[in-house]
Amino acid sequence: MNTKKHIAIILGGTLFGFGLAYSGAAVPEIVLSFLRLEDFGLVLVIGGALLVTLITFQLIPKLLSKPLLNGTFATSSRLSVSKWNVIGAAVFGAGWGISGLCPGTSFAAIGMGNWPILIGIIGMFIGAYVYGTLRNKGLTGIE
Amino acid sequence: MESLFPLGIEQYLVGGLLVGLGISFVYIMTGLVSGVSTAFTSTWSFFSRDTTSFFRREKFLSSRTWRLSLVTGLMLGGLVYLVFINGGESTVASLSMTRLFFGGLLVGIGTRMAAGCPSGHGICGNAMLEKTSFISTVTFLSVGIVVALLTQSIF
Repeated sequence: MNTKKHIAIILGGTLFGFGLAYSGAAVPEIVLSFLRLEDFGLVLVIGGALLVTLITFQLIPKLLSKPLLNGTFATSSRLSVSKWNVIGAAVFGAGWGISGLCPGTSFAAIGMGNWPILIGIIGMFIGAYVYGTLRNKGLTGIE
Repeated sequence: MESLFPLGIEQYLVGGLLVGLGISFVYIMTGLVSGVSTAFTSTWSFFSRDTTSFFRREKFLSSRTWRLSLVTGLMLGGLVYLVFINGGESTVASLSMTRLFFGGLLVGIGTRMAAGCPSGHGICGNAMLEKTSFISTVTFLSVGIVVALLTQSIF
């Protein structure tokens, strides 16, 4: 991948991370107050982001023949639902409910100087290693 | 309204729209979908020598560098907020290390097992109208709410 694409991804990622920081979603205590049904703000964060990306993903491939820096637009893979979608999401949901952390918000939180979140990110890397190792040992899963 | 949104709605709505714009920018420029959790697996591929390993599947090898750029951007975004909006004053988590670590561990296992997290399934996958993403989102929201309520009553 060329340098221009990396720069575009870093710029888009910066806006993404800034949005997470600005919204409060990168503060685990705010996420937990949503999950405890005390503050419904996170619905607006996900809803706002979903509205914009829905328009982009549905409209842009019809307007442009290819991305501005070349390549192809990723489109829906229309995978069929697997039990692993449910089991994996449940395991993630448990971790989310315990810590208020998810991958995107944790990286934004590090940028915000919230150093203890590094412990959570280390946990996520170890978790991905555990899952990959289980796959190597024969566990089935999403391809 | 006040009881549903004790901190007001502005920060949430503006932040959410900016998240959507960031993901849209990446898509319009490169065609790529900004799911974050795959970065954990694809980064392990740098340390794996065994060509038959799960970590060295093509989808991880071919995306591992741009996924690091995305993660770099996310951290920079937090830094921009810290410097320009929060005047350099960082927020530090009040949760115990145990909760952060074990929560993170389950997040790592679960997001990889479900092949997506709130950014990949919750935002991007749903915006692609993927059935799998809708099912995953409903599941992690329900379980997240139950576990957060239980955690609060126990600790």
